[in-house]
Parts: sequence; C-alpha cells; structure tokens
Amino acid sequence: MNDQLHYNEIIDVCLLAGKIMLQNGGETSRVEDTMVRIAAAFGCEDSHSFSTPTGIIFSLDGMHPASKLIRVSQRSTDLHKVTLVNSISRSISSKEMTPQEAFSRLKQIEKAGMGYPLWVQVFAAFIASGCFLIMFQGQWSDFIWSCIAGGLGFSCLLYLHWLLEVRFFAEFIASLVVGLVAMLFVQIGVGSNLDTIIIGAVMPLVPGLLITNAVRDLIAGHLVSSLSKGADAGLTALAIGTGISVAFVLL
Amino acid sequence: MFAQLITSFIASAAFGVIFNVPKNSLFQCGCVGMLGWALYFFLVENEINSIIATLAAAFIVAVISQYFAKRYKTPITIFNVSGIIPLVPGGLSYDAMKHFVENDFNIAVQLATKAFMLAGAIALGLIFAEVINQLITKYNRRKLRMRN
Repeated sequence: MNDQLHYNEIIDVCLLAGKIMLQNGGETSRVEDTMVRIAAAFGCEDSHSFSTPTGIIFSLDGMHPASKLIRVSQRSTDLHKVTLVNSISRSISSKEMTPQEAFSRLKQIEKAGMGYPLWVQVFAAFIASGCFLIMFQGQWSDFIWSCIAGGLGFSCLLYLHWLLEVRFFAEFIASLVVGLVAMLFVQIGVGSNLDTIIIGAVMPLVPGLLITNAVRDLIAGHLVSSLSKGADAGLTALAIGTGISVAFVLL
Repeated sequence: MFAQLITSFIASAAFGVIFNVPKNSLFQCGCVGMLGWALYFFLVENEINSIIATLAAAFIVAVISQYFAKRYKTPITIFNVSGIIPLVPGGLSYDAMKHFVENDFNIAVQLATKAFMLAGAIALGLIFAEVINQLITKYNRRKLRMRN
C-alpha cells in the first residue's frame, strides 16, 4: 500500500512537471524527455510518456503499473517557467531532491505569475517594432510611429487573449489595429513609408515560438505535435495577414 | 551596419522579454539575434541569394544557441526563438498579402512562394545544426569509449 502511494507521488511529480512545461511553451520532445528522466531518477526505469500539444499520457511499468492522463487546454508563453522546471529536473536527476520536495517546488512554479510585468512586455513590443523598422531599411523619422503602432497592436493582442478564448481572433484584430494606426500616421503626414511601418509594427505578433517548436519537434520525430504546431503557426500568420489586408480594404 | 547591429540586438532581447525568458539570459538572446542578423545582412548586401543567406544565418543561430544552452544549462528554445525571429520573412509575406489584396495574383503567388521557401530555409538551417550537434556528441562519446 505504501509502495503504491510512493509510485503515485512519482507520477504526480512527472505529470506536474510535464504540464508546466507544455503550458508555457516547451517542446513536446522536451516534455516527454523530462518526464521519463524524472521517473528514472526516482527509480522507475520503465516509464512511458506520450504528449501532444493538448494533453499528456504518462504510465509506469513494473511492479505497480499505473497511468494517468492530463489535459492541457490553456497555453501561454513563459520560457522562464520552462527553464525552472528544467533545472528542477536536473537536480532530481542528480538525486538532490525527494518527490515531496520536487512536488512542492513545482507547485510554487505553477502558481507564480508571469516573469515580466505587463507594461514591461508592452514596452518590449514597443521598442522591438521600432528596431525592426530600422532592420527592414526604414527611416529613423518613422521609428517612433512604428513603435506606437506596434505597442498598440501588442496591447490589443494581450487584452483580447485575456478577454476571449477564441483562437486567431486576437491576432486578427491586433494586426488590423496595427494597419489602421499606421495608415492614420501616414494620412496625417507624420509617417512617411507605410510599408516599413506596418512590417516593423507587425513583427511582435509573429508566432516565433510556435515556428521554432514546430521545427524542433519535427527534428525529434514528434510528427503529431510538429504538424499541429505548424498548422497553428500558419493559421496565426494567416490571421495577421488577413488583419492587414482588411485594413487595406477599409481605407 | 552599426545601426543594424544595435537594433537587431535590442529587437532580439525585446523578443526575449515578450516570451518571458529568464532575466539573466536576455543578453545572450540579444547576441544570438544580432549575430544571425549580421550574417544575413552581410550576405544579402553582397548580393547573395536571400534563401542562402537565411539558411546560413539560421544555421549560425542554431549553432550559437547550442553552445549557450550547454554553457548555461538552459533549454535551447530560449536562444533559438530570439535568433530566428529577425529571419522570419515578414516583409515578403507583407508584400505578398498586399498584392493579393490588389488582385495582383501573379506577383502575389510568386512572393508567397518565396516567403514559404525562406521559412523552409530557416527550418533546414536548424536541422543542419542539430545534425552537426549529434555528430559531435556521438564522436565524443566514441572517443571516450575508446579511451576506456
């Protein structure tokens, strides 16, 4: 009976670690690898983990076979948490942590807020837009206008993600806002080159993590998740493009 | 060129903030992005095909990311993401979209195809770097086994 409890604890630790990684933008290959490693460090050499972007199945073989399923519905991007779980998995592997300790540490990580406050993120998008404008051969006189358009678009994205749970709609509206704001600046005569302003300001919306993870999962042979992440990235890009083209049609 | 270096460094680090990477990795993220973009920019300025330039830059980004990931014991994604972002063919996709809206489908499809190929070049660059990484690991392991 006591043994069974011990194994349940191990499964819970593995699943929690996997769940945090998957929810915050870790690749599926990393999630599976981490879970199997943690189980092995706690003495369960025979374990299997199967994860897709929307859920994880984990099972232990041996004397006390058991398996559990966890559903992951909400995803965000917080690579800080992925790093923290990664380092916990490292210290478990070097036998520095008991399952109980690991579980309480993981719970803390799960509960913690985002790595950076909201205004810092919006400011980062603000600056990034301007920098991309320069990188794409824009003029310095357009710098601030691209910043403002990008910052507004990104704030829109964050707000709509928080408000609604409809995929792709937030990206669509955000890029629409970027397009309209950029056109406004050009119309009133402060911005000079509409194209570069829009390209710079749209960059913070690009699904960079999805693209990277899709490729990395493809390399690792995780076909299901790489294709679904690729489709996700493609549809997000399409939503951004549609938003911009609607802005063109409107004006 | 100097402005390009500075802006690509800041843009990549800012993307790190957007993706919530740990504070002490931000500088490295900026470096990865800056080096990748510098190579891309240099190659394109010297009239080398942008697909080749993107491939080379993505490769360098992935190699440096692997080095940083091993050195600082952090997931490689952190560095990959910020390095890849500047290479994403945003401008081309935008042009393609614009021509689609103007019903100029011939040019639009051409541009979209090119954007698609650039995306493929990014993926291929990452894959090449991973291949080399695995070869080095296997080679080192074999050397270690021989010595024992």
